[in-house]
Amino acid sequence: MIPAAFDYHAPESLSDALALLDQHGEDAKVLAGGMSLLPMLKIRLAQVGHLVDIGRIPGLEYAKEEGGFLKIGAATKEAALERSDLIRSKYPILLDTAAVIADPLVRNRATVGGNLAHGDPANDHPATMLALGASVVVRGPKGERAIPVDQFFRGLFTTALASNEILTEIRIPVPPARSGGAYLKLERKVGDFATAGAAAQVTLGAGGAIEKAGIGLTNAGPTPIKAVEAEKFLAGKRPDDQTLQEAGRLAARAASPSPDRRGAADYKREMARVLTVRALKAAIRRAGGPS
Amino acid sequence: MGSEIPIAVTVNGVRHQRSVEPRLLLSDFLRHDLQLTGTHVGCEHGVCGVCTVLLDGEAVRSCLMFAVQADGGEILTVEGLATGNGDDLHPLQRAFRDAHALQCGFCTPGLLMTLVPFLREHPNPGDPEIREALSGNLCRCTGYQNIVEAVKAAARP
Amino acid sequence: MAPKTTAEVGGMGHAIKRKEDPRFIRGQGRYVDDITLPGMLYLDIVRSPYAHAKIKAIRTEQALKVPGVLAVITGETLAQYNLHWMPTLMSDTQMVLPTEKVMYQAQEVAGVIATSRYAAADGVDAVEVDYEPLPVVVDPFKALEPGAPVLRTDKKDKKDNRIFHWEVGDRAGTDRAFTEADVKVTQHIYLPRIHVASIETCGCVADFDRVRGKLTVYMTTQAPHAIRTVVALVAGHVGLSEEKIRIVSPDIGGGFGGKVPVYPGYVIAIAASVVTGHPVKWIEDRMENLQADSFARDYHIRAELAAKKDGTMTALRIKTVADHGYADAAANPSKFPAGLFSICTGSYGFKNAFAEVDGVYTNKPPGGIAYRCSFRVTEAVHTIERMADVLAQELKLDPADLRLKNFIPPEKFPYRSALGWEYDSGNYAGALKKAMEKIGYAQLRKEQAEKRKRGELMGIGISSFTEIVGAGPSKQFDILGIKMFDSCEIRVHPTGKATARFGTKSQGQGHETTYAQIVAEELGIPAAHVEVEEGDTDTAPYGLGTYASRSTPTAGAAGAMAARKIREKAKKIAAHLLEVGEEDLVWELGKFSVTGAPQKSKTIQEIAFAAYTNHPQGMEAGLEAVSYYDPPNLTFPFGSYICVVDIDRGTGEVKIRRFVAVDDCGNIINPMIVDGQIHGGLTMGMAPALLEEISYDENGNIQGGSFMDYLLPTAVETPKWETDKTVTPSPHHPLGAKGVGESATVGAPPAIVNAVVDALAHLGVRHIDIPITPEKVWRILKEKGVAE
Repeated sequence: MIPAAFDYHAPESLSDALALLDQHGEDAKVLAGGMSLLPMLKIRLAQVGHLVDIGRIPGLEYAKEEGGFLKIGAATKEAALERSDLIRSKYPILLDTAAVIADPLVRNRATVGGNLAHGDPANDHPATMLALGASVVVRGPKGERAIPVDQFFRGLFTTALASNEILTEIRIPVPPARSGGAYLKLERKVGDFATAGAAAQVTLGAGGAIEKAGIGLTNAGPTPIKAVEAEKFLAGKRPDDQTLQEAGRLAARAASPSPDRRGAADYKREMARVLTVRALKAAIRRAGGPS
Repeated sequence: MGSEIPIAVTVNGVRHQRSVEPRLLLSDFLRHDLQLTGTHVGCEHGVCGVCTVLLDGEAVRSCLMFAVQADGGEILTVEGLATGNGDDLHPLQRAFRDAHALQCGFCTPGLLMTLVPFLREHPNPGDPEIREALSGNLCRCTGYQNIVEAVKAAARP
Repeated sequence: MAPKTTAEVGGMGHAIKRKEDPRFIRGQGRYVDDITLPGMLYLDIVRSPYAHAKIKAIRTEQALKVPGVLAVITGETLAQYNLHWMPTLMSDTQMVLPTEKVMYQAQEVAGVIATSRYAAADGVDAVEVDYEPLPVVVDPFKALEPGAPVLRTDKKDKKDNRIFHWEVGDRAGTDRAFTEADVKVTQHIYLPRIHVASIETCGCVADFDRVRGKLTVYMTTQAPHAIRTVVALVAGHVGLSEEKIRIVSPDIGGGFGGKVPVYPGYVIAIAASVVTGHPVKWIEDRMENLQADSFARDYHIRAELAAKKDGTMTALRIKTVADHGYADAAANPSKFPAGLFSICTGSYGFKNAFAEVDGVYTNKPPGGIAYRCSFRVTEAVHTIERMADVLAQELKLDPADLRLKNFIPPEKFPYRSALGWEYDSGNYAGALKKAMEKIGYAQLRKEQAEKRKRGELMGIGISSFTEIVGAGPSKQFDILGIKMFDSCEIRVHPTGKATARFGTKSQGQGHETTYAQIVAEELGIPAAHVEVEEGDTDTAPYGLGTYASRSTPTAGAAGAMAARKIREKAKKIAAHLLEVGEEDLVWELGKFSVTGAPQKSKTIQEIAFAAYTNHPQGMEAGLEAVSYYDPPNLTFPFGSYICVVDIDRGTGEVKIRRFVAVDDCGNIINPMIVDGQIHGGLTMGMAPALLEEISYDENGNIQGGSFMDYLLPTAVETPKWETDKTVTPSPHHPLGAKGVGESATVGAPPAIVNAVVDALAHLGVRHIDIPITPEKVWRILKEKGVAE
């Protein structure tokens, strides 16, 4: 498994990287952690003329709260997210997610930005970011723009990112009090992509009813799926079992998975339902609601 | 296309300067250019973990990295764990032998390199933690159980 | 000073640390890909995207323009030397490289020789092949139908796709027993294609020395001597003569049966080295390994069991279709096309049994090898252990009680089975009762009953297997005519240290340690002073290699016999040194002493020195012996496993909560190593039960051809094994030992399946084919209306 030859660039600033991308256009590809890209290059499913390695650009690895947002630098490694005190204490849903991405060795190299920018519906962060209502910040020749994550995924391996843009940051609104989230993934074994995965983020009102809910699904269609109907249904409702089951059914209805070695479409859709219900229960528990 | 790039890496404390094709995998660089064949290659697509080395202290799969990405970095391979031939083994190496945590020995270097930083960060790990830490490394011979035991033994003072 | 106990010398039964480990833990093992020779070239292989297609043209011009590419070898190139086909170990034939058509996806089509691995890969990309797709035969049952496309058109007389029909037992007697039976149960069982997937793939460095005319091949082989003979037989006509062939098996990163066959890549590399005069390295990548190397299993089994009302088993009848791919490339003993499948009567005292197997060609990779088991024993054990549970369920009997009722009792050994084997020794009830006690069987049944009331799904599964290993006695066992003995040569040096060479080859089993322990036990020379060598055909005595748990039963026995020959001679020397008659000497560990005068003695070290410095007149100097051991029988290790599973009603996931394994492999050489073998074997038993499978779509496209879809268990999926043992020595093995490396792979799958089925039995579930995926379980839960 030997990749075809390519030219390699290791810019040390974002502007140099952007200039290289602009210069080589579609013939260039950004290399971040490389955990998805290298296997594709090695199996020769992908060929590139120019690899632009953004691994040497300083200042893209961080996780901090600032201005009402949790800001995660795009080059932040999954392992760093797992180790972050801030994430561990305040964002268990992100810890859930990072901890089930591939395996520990991958997580030492894989980046949060890469997990989103690859546009793979089987990746785990997209569902979580959809549930959290995140935005991604991208930098291009014309400057910076923020894209709500629910507008970021356009198709299988296709995102709103132009070939001369680089994803630099993920912004997650700091959840209000009495919020909680969880991510659950069904996988055949450690290291596998999800047979199905569900992220749920809820905020409870003073009376114990659900004020707001966010639900994202992994590997449930050609793009990561935001289960909008289920989210709407939950708003204002008390989180009893019947309600959560109905939300699960609505979430599953939003799924359109393809059959593969992980299972037939009906199984995967059912697993989206089961996992949504379980993720909602865990999220409510974490929000301080009834268990 | 693919013009060679000069790199400098420190491997097991020794600095090496080479000119390499950008597509040269770090695993091939270590095994063939530097003749450090203790790092093995088993699947080449990021599942088995036998190619694991430490890059700047983190366990990484050397078959999922290009050598050029390691430019300027510090690498530790299994050959660097114990430098002499005598009794200077790393506690994990000794524990692996004592607990019969290896059979064919092919996955052993990758497991050791995965576990060295793990043990540093988790000085007193429990079974589930150890098994999770091992989950990026495949072993076909041992059934993992004695590896778990070896890690616990190495963790004991 | 002579040692007082065998513990001091590291003899039998002692958990001494492994002698091979110091190099492995330092990364100083030497595996085939670690070998680099001056001027070495690299082979990479072009493979077919089609499962069945005519090759219209192979265009190599662009490939030859790739910098570093020196040559492209095709079937036409090899045909000039008549090397484009080769025999399989089952006396079938398979292509090295095709001249007319390809027969499976990923088949070798051409070899590219280049100055680097990278250039060779670029060259492979640049070879252009025109194919004309042909009708694909994937289903072995359809392959047997009249009118199915005949695949082996190379065989002039072949008019269908049947490779062989093999049967054993008394058909008429068995039919009669079924007619008379109170109860009959029938079950279809499919054991899918799986792959051993050793972590090291296969490969070689072929090095032909033109001046000396000598070919040295470093290769990943479990059977170096047999390979040497095969190479000589296949390529003798082009001048490769057996004395000029040296096969070296270096350290091997796991074998499990996958490194027994000869793969086309080896032959192409050898041809390339002979043609270029350079060493040529070929190392397959993981996808080639999974997609093209010999597979295991792929048995479609229909089993019937007849019994009395009280549960006494009376007859067994089995009909099997074996999908071998496009060539029968199994590695069975030649007289056994279905291997030792006839061990299918298991641990039970059947009066009547009959089994038949039809081997079939399909458009899949050739094979039929074992997956860490002795020639189709896993298939046999899975069948009988599943059928025992099917019968128990039918009769509403506890599966443990049914087994205890039907076990061959200890006093009946040696026991002649209905299908002709003579079981050497066993105490099946002893192992099962020990396992039941260890796991708390009665308590678990109570827990299960309570959980069922609450709608929770928990199951308990038993497997009480009997293996048949250590092939084998020369009257029945040979491979291509070569009898399946094995060998040991011991040289005791003047200073009392020894070198022992064997015809087998360890791939992780720890022979360097356990063989040294055998010599230590027999001669009293400390294991630390016994250097064990294997794998180099220039130095080791001829043997058939390591697979099918045969090393301890055959080569290990040869080690004991060679040591005893040395003791015979040592006795003569001791008599000479002590000036007494041989009849006055007694052997104690490590020394001969005079009867009644124990202070008068000579240690083996003193005797060894005398053998070179002061040997008796008329005796040849030296202290060496060779033994070629022809075992009088096979060995029959056994055990009882009990597995407890919990099932997630939402996802269908099966979790192994506990797994108790009680094994009996007779006398144990090194308990630490035996335990390690059991752990590994259990894990390789669990893997196909729950995870691993290679399948094909209707066009013969492989599904599961990488580690992304061929799912090897990690430490997380693997449960904590609880092992224990009973010891029932083999009466015929010189050390009372039996093989053990594969018992657990063979015994574990039915315990797991039985546990899952048991969890669902009250819903009317009787069988589930492996791998038991969450989806399969969920479909059952859904159908039965109990899914979450």
